[in-house]
Amino acid sequence: MAPYTRTLGGRTYQFDDLKTLMAKATPERSGDQLAGLAAESAEERVAAQLCLADVPLTTFLEEPLIPYEDDEVTRLILDTHDRAAFAPVSSLTVGAFREWLLSYATDDTALAALAPGITPEMAAAVSKIMRNQDLVAISRKCRVVTRFRTTIGLPGRFSSRIQPNHPTDDPRGIAASILDGLLHGCGDAVIGINPATDSPQAVIALLELIDDLRQRYAIPVQSSLLAHVTTQITAIERHAPVDLVFQSIAGTEAANRSFGIDLALLREARAAALALGRGTIGDNVMYFETGQGSALSANAHHGVDQQTCEARAYAVARHFEPLLVNTVVGFIGPEYLYDGKQIIRAALEDLFCGRLMGVPMGCDACYTNHAEADQNDMDNLLVLLGVAGCAYIMGVPGADDVMLNYQSTSYHDVRFVQTTLGLRPAPEFEAWLIAMGIIEPDGRLAPREQPRLLREVARLASARV
Amino acid sequence: MSDETLPSADLWQGLRRYTNARIALGRAGDSLPTAAQLAFQYDHARARDAVHLPFDAAGVAAAAAATDLPVLIVHSAAPDRSTYLKRPDLGRRLSEASRAALPPHAPADGDAYDAVLVIADGLSALAVHRHAVPLATRVAGALQGLGWRLAPIVVVHQGRVAIADEIGSLLRARQAAILIGERPGLSVADSLGVYLTYDPRPGRTDAERNCISNIHARGQSYDAAAQTLIYLMSEARRLKLSGVALKDERAERDGAAALLD
Repeated sequence: MAPYTRTLGGRTYQFDDLKTLMAKATPERSGDQLAGLAAESAEERVAAQLCLADVPLTTFLEEPLIPYEDDEVTRLILDTHDRAAFAPVSSLTVGAFREWLLSYATDDTALAALAPGITPEMAAAVSKIMRNQDLVAISRKCRVVTRFRTTIGLPGRFSSRIQPNHPTDDPRGIAASILDGLLHGCGDAVIGINPATDSPQAVIALLELIDDLRQRYAIPVQSSLLAHVTTQITAIERHAPVDLVFQSIAGTEAANRSFGIDLALLREARAAALALGRGTIGDNVMYFETGQGSALSANAHHGVDQQTCEARAYAVARHFEPLLVNTVVGFIGPEYLYDGKQIIRAALEDLFCGRLMGVPMGCDACYTNHAEADQNDMDNLLVLLGVAGCAYIMGVPGADDVMLNYQSTSYHDVRFVQTTLGLRPAPEFEAWLIAMGIIEPDGRLAPREQPRLLREVARLASARV
Repeated sequence: MSDETLPSADLWQGLRRYTNARIALGRAGDSLPTAAQLAFQYDHARARDAVHLPFDAAGVAAAAAATDLPVLIVHSAAPDRSTYLKRPDLGRRLSEASRAALPPHAPADGDAYDAVLVIADGLSALAVHRHAVPLATRVAGALQGLGWRLAPIVVVHQGRVAIADEIGSLLRARQAAILIGERPGLSVADSLGVYLTYDPRPGRTDAERNCISNIHARGQSYDAAAQTLIYLMSEARRLKLSGVALKDERAERDGAAALLD
């Protein structure tokens, strides 16, 4: 008999192993259907959730979903697991763990102490039996604070990345989008550019552009160039002003290999960035992006559902003490997350799992034009993210990324969340915005003619091409 | 010019000359002004309509008949648009009926065609309605002028790029070029792409293809795209391969010349 069996409505459902049970218990999404892992009916899904609720948390330490010998991410997860931190919940099943997380007694201090004891598989498992409401309520209770030149993740704060991409990396075009973002009060998480080319020269030129602007106006902000990590190591070797080292990461060794990385390379990159000592109030020097579906699209998922693979990526992130991690939740397309409903669910799962594991989670709330989603879905998601304690979102001019050709969230959207939910930018950045006349002390944007930063606009206009 | 002599709103607006990103939009409270909001809605609406526009395969087939080549209409294994979007694997292979229908059109003498041109809706039927036949006509005419033996043109419903591999192998074509609608963006909803594969058969990877993209009114012209495709097909025939090992030396030469100018 299969180890996991449940009889429902006169029918007996069997699940052969833990990873099958996890996949079948996952709320519906197209990527698991594409992989042939999803529940075949709504009732089978609930049968799997009922079985999963009875699984002891310790089972996830004893039965790795991806074998220890085959995968360095599994080895990282198990070798760094903190038994003492895990102790308060070590006797619980997945179902009881949900109730423990929701209880009044479990506050931000308890959750922070628990984080090193939680493996991605435990976080993913409990999320699968939660409603969106549970994900929001617990995520909101978690406290994850990181620092470089600004402080990310403080209560009552909501930060943003300026994403000033340009199809040909034109420096003036990128500078114009950065200024527009700063004038909207955005950028305290990072000014992060996806370069159109991966050449070290182009990367270094853009890093210098941001560093020059930052120093001229004493802006408490950090930059990142989202080129391959090896390109950024080259930039560091050439003495470029590298603040945060970026890399896309995934939850299996094979998927990471498809990105051209492994844990050793990330370790090397972090050491190089730390050696520069550029952080003023902290040394969280890494920036990671993730997204459900990346392991499957690299054919590197080992039969594990896409949400569990995603949570495993947070174990990779956590190990390198990043300043920022964001799931890029709708970028990969409708074959992984079909519509607004699936995108929103996935974003909340990712936020919950990351924060429960102690990772500074942000979210690129986004979609492509062939997904059944639109800007209204992003608006809905933004409100949920703001309530659930998401550290930051993207600020893309007009929500339209003209380099990567997808829709994300805008500078205006950042302001909408902050004003509507009473959240403010990082304290160091907020003080700078007030000093520069960009926002008023009450948090509102100042009248357009007041910001001193408009001088930089004039400088850009008069600069020689 | 300085900020003393220009109203700052104009200064800010002036940033727009440096990028086509949606900057300096202004604001109403924290939110978008109405004009900017509706401009975005319009661009997204165009892209959405392009993704979901029903494919007029019969109309495309009728127009393609002007090439003097026979035209066949086939279906992928994706029965409808919703399945097509969720299951890219089904869009990459033929329905059972279409798989059975193609082999009788392979060369009767047991030899092979030099090439097959495939036209598929992809993610923008609009792009295919507008641009596929003008491009196919130019390419078919030029190749026939070079003495190539061409297979019937195959028009595909709910097709993805790799479906040309199965079509090419069933028709016994030495290479397959698929003209397909690209994923619509906010700025362009009707962009056509072409993917060329030498010795097409199921299992070919993207690294074994050459791509020409961005064919639309404000992108690559039909003539430029046709010249590139004919060049690549001739080189593929000479070298007996396609993909990363087949470089467009012509373009690199031109590119180098442009840099020296």
